[in-house]
Amino acid sequence: MADSPGSVTLTVQFLARYAELVGMASTRITLAAPATVSLVLGEIRKQYPGARQIPERPVCALNLSQVDLSTDVAEGDELALLPPVAGG
Amino acid sequence: MRAHPVITERPIDIEMLIERVESDDRGGVAIFLGTVRNNHAGREVERLEYSAYGPMAEAECARILAEAERTWGATVAVEHRVGALGIGDISVAIAAAAPHRDEAFSACRYVIDEMKRRVPIWKREYYTDGTVAWVDPTAPGGIHMSSEEKAF
Repeated sequence: MADSPGSVTLTVQFLARYAELVGMASTRITLAAPATVSLVLGEIRKQYPGARQIPERPVCALNLSQVDLSTDVAEGDELALLPPVAGG
Repeated sequence: MRAHPVITERPIDIEMLIERVESDDRGGVAIFLGTVRNNHAGREVERLEYSAYGPMAEAECARILAEAERTWGATVAVEHRVGALGIGDISVAIAAAAPHRDEAFSACRYVIDEMKRRVPIWKREYYTDGTVAWVDPTAPGGIHMSSEEKAF
């Protein structure tokens, strides 16, 4: 993968219990490109101490579809961190 | 074409849900209602609060309904409440119509099972002792205590 210069900014949504842990429902994160979901999680844990209580490998959705932590993120993406679901 | 949203803040109208699926060539309609129970994990529940990741919940439900329709030839309608619910309130309702009862029952069962497994909806329980917890089927005991204290 070629190094692309610059940075990538995306929206991160914390759902349900994770919003309570972090103390907010969403934030915007900027990091050096290219970046992955995993790198975004690392940045979140660095910036928000409450996020360190989120499991090491949470369920993540990128633009409404579930993805692996190794997935690349792009400018303007929406990354959502989803606790185990409990509907019904 | 699925113009009807699944996630709703209003009480579920079961008659309307049935109307959306019944037709002259479907001889069976199976209904499932999920209601708010007054106890969980040995605790006495006073009320619940459901929340959803709306856009993803809608997309995932649309996929589940399409799977049920493809597998059993059933037409299925579903609604799930979010917000504050009291004991006995209907949290989720599913109406599955098919030419015969077997397909209707199977499709209805499939939709509730897959919803519970896949759709990003969460529930917070408020107990009669004033404590609050997030329900998490993967957690020991099935809950995580919430930092929020009951505000009244």
